[in-house]
Amino acid sequence: MSKILIRGAKVLGGEPQDVLIDGETITRTGTGIEAGDATVIEAAGQILLPGLVDLHTHLREPGREDSETVLTGTKAAAVGGFTAVHAMANTFPVADTAGVVEQVWRLGKESGYCDVQPIGAVTVGLEGKQLAELGAMHDSAAGVKVFSDDGKCVDDAVIMRRALEYVKAFDGVVAQHAQEPRLTEGAQMNEGIVSAELGLGGWPAVAEESIIARDVLLAAHVGSRVHICHLSTAGSVEIVRWAKSKGWNVTAEVTPHHLLLTDELVRTYNPVYKVNPPLRTEADVMALREALADGTIDCVATDHAPHPHEDKDCEWAAAAMGMVGLETALSVVQQTMVDTGLLDWAGVADRMSARPAAIGRLEGHGRPVSAGEPANLTLVDPAYRGAVDPAGFASRSRNTPYEGRELPGRVTHTFLRGRATVVDGKLA
Amino acid sequence: MLRPPGDNPRSPRHLISAADLTRDDAVLILDTAEEMARVADRPIKKLPTLRGRTVVNLFFEDSTRTRISFEAAAKRLSADVINFSAKGSSVSKGESLKDTALTLEAMGADAVVIRHGASGAPYRLATSGWIDSAVVNAGDGTHEHPTQALLDAFTMRRRLVGPDAGIGRDLEGRRITIVGDILHSRVARSNVHLLHTLGAHVTLVAPPTLVPVGVEQWPCDVSYRLDDVLPKSDAVMMLRVQRERMNAAYFPTEREYSRRYGLDGERMARMPEHAIVMHPGPMVRGMEITAEVADSDRCTAVEQVANGVSTRMAVLYLLLGGSETALPSASARTEENK
Repeated sequence: MSKILIRGAKVLGGEPQDVLIDGETITRTGTGIEAGDATVIEAAGQILLPGLVDLHTHLREPGREDSETVLTGTKAAAVGGFTAVHAMANTFPVADTAGVVEQVWRLGKESGYCDVQPIGAVTVGLEGKQLAELGAMHDSAAGVKVFSDDGKCVDDAVIMRRALEYVKAFDGVVAQHAQEPRLTEGAQMNEGIVSAELGLGGWPAVAEESIIARDVLLAAHVGSRVHICHLSTAGSVEIVRWAKSKGWNVTAEVTPHHLLLTDELVRTYNPVYKVNPPLRTEADVMALREALADGTIDCVATDHAPHPHEDKDCEWAAAAMGMVGLETALSVVQQTMVDTGLLDWAGVADRMSARPAAIGRLEGHGRPVSAGEPANLTLVDPAYRGAVDPAGFASRSRNTPYEGRELPGRVTHTFLRGRATVVDGKLA
Repeated sequence: MLRPPGDNPRSPRHLISAADLTRDDAVLILDTAEEMARVADRPIKKLPTLRGRTVVNLFFEDSTRTRISFEAAAKRLSADVINFSAKGSSVSKGESLKDTALTLEAMGADAVVIRHGASGAPYRLATSGWIDSAVVNAGDGTHEHPTQALLDAFTMRRRLVGPDAGIGRDLEGRRITIVGDILHSRVARSNVHLLHTLGAHVTLVAPPTLVPVGVEQWPCDVSYRLDDVLPKSDAVMMLRVQRERMNAAYFPTEREYSRRYGLDGERMARMPEHAIVMHPGPMVRGMEITAEVADSDRCTAVEQVANGVSTRMAVLYLLLGGSETALPSASARTEENK
């Protein structure tokens, strides 16, 4: 593998530096590095980050290859600057056995665009009744360390407690989709002023917050760690902040869309804004940004959820929940967190790479940009401005809420262990 | 959404939400409905206005009352009427709303009157670019039922102001009480918007479980005590309460609901003498309303049905009918008034 010299990039937003990659590894950083026989990438004005890591990606394969495959999903990830994604377990069949997680893991290896770390289901078939073979999935080639029934809540308190306890044996973590099922029967959108007017079934904040409150207490009680998926309300932030103040092992993620969009958009009845948990209010958005800035929320995770066109080209109630997010995540984070002054680029590297890699115990990712580290890198042009055009997506699906919206920043290059997966904003 | 001309001259106007009607739009519809009502008194109840136009009644939910009301309205205006009931059609075999709409468009529908169980379905139909026809919301989920609100307002204006005296007037200062399952009621939502626009003061009365979270932003008052509100009401609208609701713990028993929120003769006697009792139907006698009240002279339920035809004639006429006399003139008049 050849050498690459990234010249004059602001590493984590700091002073311009040169970064030399040899093979799979960063070999030198500094100024005035001679190119020699290396391919030179002029990166003046651009930001160099460690390759982004997503803790929450729906790759849909096996089962829903009409909306995404591991290959198209990892291409989308690379375009978005990701070098590793965690593939959610709610496939068909569900990733609740060593066989299925190994299949997804192998497909990821074959794709070559980014590392795919499968997540295993907590319970068989996501049914919430019986623990899946968590140990077998951990011991498999896929080496699963994150377990989630995402899409469904592990609502039975005993099952949740046992799962939290059981994964301690191999330092696993349960990632909870916090949604009290009875309080959200027929739920279509955030319960509040807008739902009252639109006549859509409400998804109250308390349905999320009550589960988070229970689970942080359970995690504390059994001495395990719990991760909260797509935290979406101001109240949830308060509970996590309180749990962390106790020293409990609780982590949380927020999606880009919950950092930017509000339930006011549902007034269009356009199902592209239908997502679970639902878009909340402006006050929630502001609380989430603040929590991400102060570290109460550990990381950004996309909850990239591809759906075929027909599942969104219909009336609201009939539409599927979810949005694609891999290819727009960094731009949304730049707009909501960096351009607002809430987070610097080093902070972005922490929340989108180092922290999610640490939570998932993922090796080789989320590392510092320094000599001797694996060359998983993302180069961003923060000055770029452009309208989102779903027709240009690498993802197989187009269900983005940002169509036509101008967002800042663009990933120009992504490197996976020294190999460029994206060059000048295009798949290599 | 009655789109004003100039917004997009090629796009048809729609009636999706009562909230989209200005005061002048609403008064024009009521005045036009009054003219239509006079047609109904003639031996020949038919106008040639919509000859050659096609109105499709697209009903995804059973609602014989609303469908035949729209059907009668369109026929009295000489329109061709196609009734498309989703039951037993390709819709039950998985055809999407979009494909159904495209089919109707291909058949040359000028207006689609849609009843759908999903809130927002008429809005989607009107704004998604699937079809060019005018869309009239005949009730969507728990969202809105704007023609019901219009016929209710028409009934109130006739009774409280007078058929002739009411022309050109709104409901300024009238006190309207709406009682029942507000949470699940599209009739309540449309009425709150329209009555507020027409200058009336609305009070909603229900057990707290049947009032939506977020109601505090609505332009109305909320009370949990019917007896406090009755003496201060010019019209009391009783909404149907489905017995199944008690299974979801919205209220303990049918009898308790009836005792606290039902309208019987004794309660009716506490209303001002001129006050009327309204019901959009179908009534659950013995639940929200007793037979004694339902059959009394003060109850306008049957009158509302007749007024429904006149009001829907007015809406179809204004959306599809005359080019100059239709709703754009309402917007033009608003401009003049400024």
